Amino acid sequence: MDFSDYRVGEPVADTKAPDGPVADRWDRRRFEAKLVNPANRRKHTVIVVGTGLAGGSAGATLAEQGYHVVQFCFQDSPRRAHSIAAQGGINAAKNYRNDGDSVHRLFYDTVKGGDFRARESNVHRLAEVSVQIIDQCVAQGVPFAREYGGLLDTRSFGGVQVSRTFYARGQTGQQLLLGAYQALSRQIDAGNVELHARTEMLDLIVVDGRARGIVARDLVSGEISVHLGDAVVLATGGYGNVFYLSTNAKGSNATAIWRAHRKGAYFANPCFTQIHPTCIPRSGEHQSKLTLMSESLRNDGRIWVPKAAGDTRAPADIPEDERDYYLERIYPAFGNLVPRDIASRAAKNVCDEGRGVGPGGQGVYLDFADAIARMGRAAVEEKYGNLFEMYERITAEDPYSRPMRIYPAVHYTMGGLWVDYDLQTTVPGLFAIGEANFSDHGANRLGASALMQGLADGYFVLPATINDYLARGPHDPVPAAHPAVQDAVSGVEERLGRLLAVGGDRTPDSFHRELGELMWDECGMARTESGLRKALERIPALRDEFWRRVKVPGTGEEFNQSLEKANRVADFLELAELMCLDALHRAESCGGHFREESQTPDGEALRDDERFSYAAAWEFTAAGAAPVLHKEELVFEYVHPTQRSYA
Amino acid sequence: MNLTLRIWRQHSPEDKGAMVTYRVEDISPDMSFLEMLDVLNEELILSGEEPVAFDHDCREGICGACGVVINGQAHGPERTTACQLHMRSFKDGDTIDVEPWRAAAFPVVRDLVVDRSAFDRVIQAGGYVSVPTGSAPEAHATAVPKESADYAFEHAECIGCGACVAACPNGSAMLFTSAKINHLNVLPQGAPERETRVLNMVAAMDGQGFGGCTNTGECATACPKGIPLPSIAAMNREYLRALRKR
Amino acid sequence: MGKKAVMAGTGVVMLLFLVVHMLGNLKIFFGPENFNAYAAWLRTIGEPVLHESWYLWIQRTGLLACVVLHGVAAYQLSRRDLAARPAKYVHKQSRASYATRTMRWGGVIVGLFIVWHILDLTTLTVNPRGQAGHPYENVVADFRVWWVDVVYIVAILALGLHIRHGFWSAAQTLGAVNKRRDRALKTTATVLAAVLTAGFLVVPVAVMSGLVD
Ligand SMILES: Cc1cc2nc3c(=O)[nH]c(=O)nc-3n(C[C@H](O)[C@H](O)[C@H](O)COP(=O)(O)OP(=O)(O)OC[C@H]3O[C@@H](n4cnc5c(N)ncnc54)[C@H](O)[C@@H]3O)c2cc1C
Ligand code: HEM
Ligand code: HEM
Ligand code: SF4
Ligand code: F3S
Ligand code: FES
Repeated sequence: MDFSDYRVGEPVADTKAPDGPVADRWDRRRFEAKLVNPANRRKHTVIVVGTGLAGGSAGATLAEQGYHVVQFCFQDSPRRAHSIAAQGGINAAKNYRNDGDSVHRLFYDTVKGGDFRARESNVHRLAEVSVQIIDQCVAQGVPFAREYGGLLDTRSFGGVQVSRTFYARGQTGQQLLLGAYQALSRQIDAGNVELHARTEMLDLIVVDGRARGIVARDLVSGEISVHLGDAVVLATGGYGNVFYLSTNAKGSNATAIWRAHRKGAYFANPCFTQIHPTCIPRSGEHQSKLTLMSESLRNDGRIWVPKAAGDTRAPADIPEDERDYYLERIYPAFGNLVPRDIASRAAKNVCDEGRGVGPGGQGVYLDFADAIARMGRAAVEEKYGNLFEMYERITAEDPYSRPMRIYPAVHYTMGGLWVDYDLQTTVPGLFAIGEANFSDHGANRLGASALMQGLADGYFVLPATINDYLARGPHDPVPAAHPAVQDAVSGVEERLGRLLAVGGDRTPDSFHRELGELMWDECGMARTESGLRKALERIPALRDEFWRRVKVPGTGEEFNQSLEKANRVADFLELAELMCLDALHRAESCGGHFREESQTPDGEALRDDERFSYAAAWEFTAAGAAPVLHKEELVFEYVHPTQRSYA
Repeated sequence: MNLTLRIWRQHSPEDKGAMVTYRVEDISPDMSFLEMLDVLNEELILSGEEPVAFDHDCREGICGACGVVINGQAHGPERTTACQLHMRSFKDGDTIDVEPWRAAAFPVVRDLVVDRSAFDRVIQAGGYVSVPTGSAPEAHATAVPKESADYAFEHAECIGCGACVAACPNGSAMLFTSAKINHLNVLPQGAPERETRVLNMVAAMDGQGFGGCTNTGECATACPKGIPLPSIAAMNREYLRALRKR
Repeated sequence: MGKKAVMAGTGVVMLLFLVVHMLGNLKIFFGPENFNAYAAWLRTIGEPVLHESWYLWIQRTGLLACVVLHGVAAYQLSRRDLAARPAKYVHKQSRASYATRTMRWGGVIVGLFIVWHILDLTTLTVNPRGQAGHPYENVVADFRVWWVDVVYIVAILALGLHIRHGFWSAAQTLGAVNKRRDRALKTTATVLAAVLTAGFLVVPVAVMSGLVD
C-alpha cells in the first residue's frame, strides 16, 4: 500500500474544553481541573524537553509550584533556545493605546488571521492570558520599549488594525527568553530543576499506554541515558528546518515530536507552514540559513517593485510613477500590513511576473525613504537600528540610502502534535507546548503571536492543566528494567549504530539540502496536486538513498556533530512525507497552505469549509506506510467563517 | 577566494591539541565565516576525516552559541559574532588562525567548542528577579523612566557568548556579569534584591575560576553587543554600595 | 573583588603622596636653604599637638601599610589572574595599551625603587654623601653619579606608565567611571601621569645639566 493511500479513522475530539460561553471556559476548566496537594508535588517528576519560551517558562513555573522538574536542551545553555531569535514583538490585549483593542478583538483577529482553522476555545484563552504575560514579564525585568512617560510602548503588526505589540527593540524574543531563563535559573539554583544541557531527546518511553520518560543522548560524551517521570512535556519548537533553508536556528529539529508521533501521538496539520514575507534573499549556493528582517519593518517601510518587468535600473533611478506599491494598491485597507501569507504570496506573484529585483529576480524592495523623510533618520535608527545593521552586515548594502531587498522564506510551522484543551497529546501524560503543538494559530499565525502562545502555554496554561493529569494517578514508579524502557534504549542505540555503519559517500547536509529544495519547490509557497505527488514519490527514494549512502564519521561515544545532524535529517525525511500527504489531501487553500487549484478569480486563497473545516490529525502506522487520518471538526460559534478580506 | 586555515584540533578535553593546517578554495566573499567552515567540514567528511567541531545555532548573531578566536581576536576582526562575520573581511590568499576561547573557566570540549556553563552558574546565583509566575502586579503599576529602561536594555543585550572572557588576559567575566547586574539593578523591579544580587553573583563569578579584572578593556573591544567598559565600573559601584549597606 | 578595591584605595593614597612629594621636590630650584628648611618643616608638622617627627612617622606608617597592602594584593590577584588563563593563544594580538600591559612589571620596578630610594635618601645608607639634615646636598650628590640617574629615570618612567593606567583603573575599580566621565577621567590620568613624570624627572635632569648645583 502506498503512503498516500491513507485511511480515515475515527474523528478525534477535544474532550477537555468546557462548553458554554467562550469567555468563561478557561475559568471553568481551571476550576474543574483536579489539584495536587502542595505537599505531594515534590513527589511528582515532570520531564520538560526544551528551554525555549514555552519550555523555559513551563519548567520555571512547575518548579515554583513544587514539582520536581527534569529539563533538557540540546544547546550548551538553556538561554540559547531558538526563541532567542524572535525579533518583532509579542501581542497582548492590554489596550494601553485606547485604540479599541480588547480580549475579544485579539481573539477575533487570531481566528480570522488563522483562516478559520483554529479552535475558538483555545484562541480565546490565549487572548485572555496575553494580558497576564506582559505583567509577568515586566515584573521579571524584561526591558520592553517605553515611552518618555515611563509607560510601555506598542506597535502594530500584520493582520490587525490596533497597536498591541509589545517589543524590546528588535530583540523581543531574546528579552522574553532571558526572562524565562532567569526564572528557570532561579529554580535550578533552588534545586527544583535538574537541567541537562547539551542533551538531546532521542525517543519517548511509553509504558502501559502512558508517557513515562525519555531516552536521551549526552552530546558531549555520547552516553545514552533514561529519564523517567510522571509526565513528559515537549517544548521542542517547530520543524521549519525540514526545508533546510529557513529562518530557524540550525539545530531546530523535529526529532522529539516525530519520535513521539511514532510512539502514538497524532500529528496535526503538518502542512501548515508559514512563509515569512520579509527575509533577506539568499545570496548563493553556500547559504546555510535565511535571516529574517522583522515584520515590524512593514510598519514604516513601503514595499514595491518596478511596474515594468525586467527593469534593472538602480532603485533610486526608478521614478515614483514607475513603481508599483503593490500591497498598498491591492489591499488599500491594510496596505503593507496585510498578514504574512498574503504578503508572501503577493511577493511571489510579482517575482513570477518578472518584476522581482536583485540577483535572480528573487526579491522586492522594502523602502524606508519616506519614513526617513517623515520621522528623521534618528527616529528610524532608534526603532530599527539593529535590524538595519544586520541587513548591512549580511548584504553589504546600506538600507538608509538604498531600499532593502526582501523575499519570503520558511519561518514557522503551525502544524505539530495534536493536543486537547489541556495541551495533552493523544498519548496520556505527554503534553506539547509552544511551537511543538499544532498551536492556536490555525492555518496562519499572526505576527507576534508565537511568543504570546509559547509563554501562555508555559507560564499559565500547562501549569494549570497538568495538575489534573498528575492528580489522577497513581503513577507507580517504572523500573529501569521495564521492557518498554529497554526497547526504547535499544531502538536508539540500534539506529545510531546504523547511521555510523553506513559509511557511504554523501554528507548528511547534502541530503538535507536536497530534501529542502524538493520541499520548497513542491510543498512551499504554492502547492499543486502534481507537484505533491512528485514529492511523495521522490521522498521515499531519497530516504532510501540516505540510509545507503550517508557518511557519518567518528563514533557514537564522543562529541559528534555529524551524528547529531544525520539523526535529525533522518527524521525530517520521514516527516516531509507526511507534510506532503497532508498538503495533498487538503484540496483547498487556507492561510499559509495555498493550493493553486483552489483560488478565487483574483488569486486569493479559496477555502472549502464544506469539506475541510477540520484539523487533520495523523496517526502513525509504520515507517513509510500509509497513516490514518483523524479529523477534528471545528465549530465556530463566535467568529463566523467568511472569505478573509484585507482589501 | 582561496585561503589557508590553521585550526585548533583537540579531540577531547584530555587531549593536548594542536594547530592543523587546511586549505579551502572557491570561497565566496558573501559567505559567513561559519559557512566557510561548513565548506571545509563537508570536504573533511568526504575525505574520511573528522570535521571541525564548533558551536553555532541561530547564525543571526543573537543566540551567543558561536564564538572562536580568529587571528587572535575573539569573533574575528569585526565587532560582531563569528556567524555574522563575512568572508569579505578577509583577502584572497590569507592565512587565518582559528582557536577556541581560552580560559580556565571555559574548558575545551572538542576542537573549537568550549564549556561555558560557568556563565549559567553565575546567573543562577542571582541574575533574576524573584517573581513567581502569577504574582506580578499590573504592568503599568510602576512607570520606569525611559532612560532606565534604555540603560537596562542596553545591558540586557548581552548574548552570553563569552568573547569578553576569551579576550581578557585574565579570563575575567566582569563584563558579562556586569551586564546582567546593571540590567536588573537599574530597574525598580530589580531593586529589592539589588544588594544580594551583586554580592552573590560576584561571589559566584569568583568561585567559577574566572580571573579578576585589571581594567585591560579588551573585553569591551571584543563584545559583539557593545556592552561598554563603564559597565564594569557601574558593577563595582553596586558592589561597594552593597558592601557598605550589608 | 574586595582586594581590588584595596589596591585602588592604597594606590590613590600613594598617588596623593606623590603629588605632594613632587611639589616638595621642586623646591630644590629655590636653593639649598629653602629645600632643607622645607625638609626640616616636614618634621614639625602637627606641633605642638604632635611631638617632633610624629607626623612624619604617622605618614611613613601609613605609606608603608599602603605599599605592603598594595603589593600583597597585586601579588595575590596576579596569581589568580594568571591561573584563570593558563593557555595562551597561538596567534597573539593584543589591543591593550602598553601602560596597561606593563602594570605588573612596572609595579615591581617601582617597588624595588622605593626600597632603594629610602635607603638612599631617608636612611642615607647608600647615598654617596649621606649627611643627615642636608637633603639638598644629598640629592645633588646622588644625581652627579650617572647610574643613579639611570635608576631614577627608569623608575620614574615606570611610575608614569603605572599611573597612566592606574589612575583610571582605580576610578573604574572604585566605580567612579560612567559613560559621561570616562573621557575626562582618561584625560586626567594622562595629564597626571605626564605631570608627575615631568615633575620628578626635572630634578635629576637639572642636576645633570648643572642647573641645580
Ligand atoms: C527569526 C525568527 C523571528 C521570530 N520572530 C517572532 C516574533 O517577533 N514574534 C513572535 O511571536 N514569534 C516570532 N517567531 C516565532 C517564535 O520565535 C517561535 O515560534 C517560538 O520562539 C518557539 O518557541 P518554543 O519555546 O516553542 O521553541 P524553541 O524556542 O524553538 O525551543 C526549542 C527548545 O527545545 C529544545 N529541543 C529541541 N529538540 C530537542 C531534542 N530533541 N532534545 C532536547 N531538546 C530539544 C531546544 O534545545 C530548545 O531549548 C520568530 C521565529 C523566527 C525563526
Ligand atoms: C608609589 C607607588 C604606586 C602607586 C602610586 C600605585 C598606584 C596604583 C594604582 C592607582 C593602581 C590601580 C588600582 C586598580 O586597578 O584599581 C595600581 C595597580 C597596580 N599596581 Fe600599583 N602603585 C604603586 C606601586 C606599586 C607597586 C610597588 C607594585 C608592585 C609590587 C604595584 C603593582 C600594581 C599592580 C600589579 C597593579 C594592578 C594592575 C592593574 O590594575 O592593571 N604598584 N597601582
Ligand atoms: C627626582 C626624584 C625624587 C627626589 C629628588 C626625591 C627626594 C626625596 C627625599 C629627599 C626624600 C627624603 C625626605 C625626607 O626624609 O625628608 C624622599 C623620601 C621619599 N620618597 Fe622621594 N624623591 C624622588 C622621587 C620619588 C619617587 C618617584 C617616589 C615613589 C615612587 C618617591 C618616594 C619616596 C618615599 C616613599 C619617601 C620616604 C618618605 C618618608 O621617609 O617619609 N620619591 N624623597
Ligand atoms: S558581555 Fe559581550 S562579549 Fe561578554 S558574553 Fe555578553 S555579549 Fe558576549
Ligand atoms: S579585558 Fe579583562 S581585565 Fe577587566 S576590563 Fe575587561 S575584564
Ligand atoms: S550562531 Fe548564534 S550568535 Fe552566532
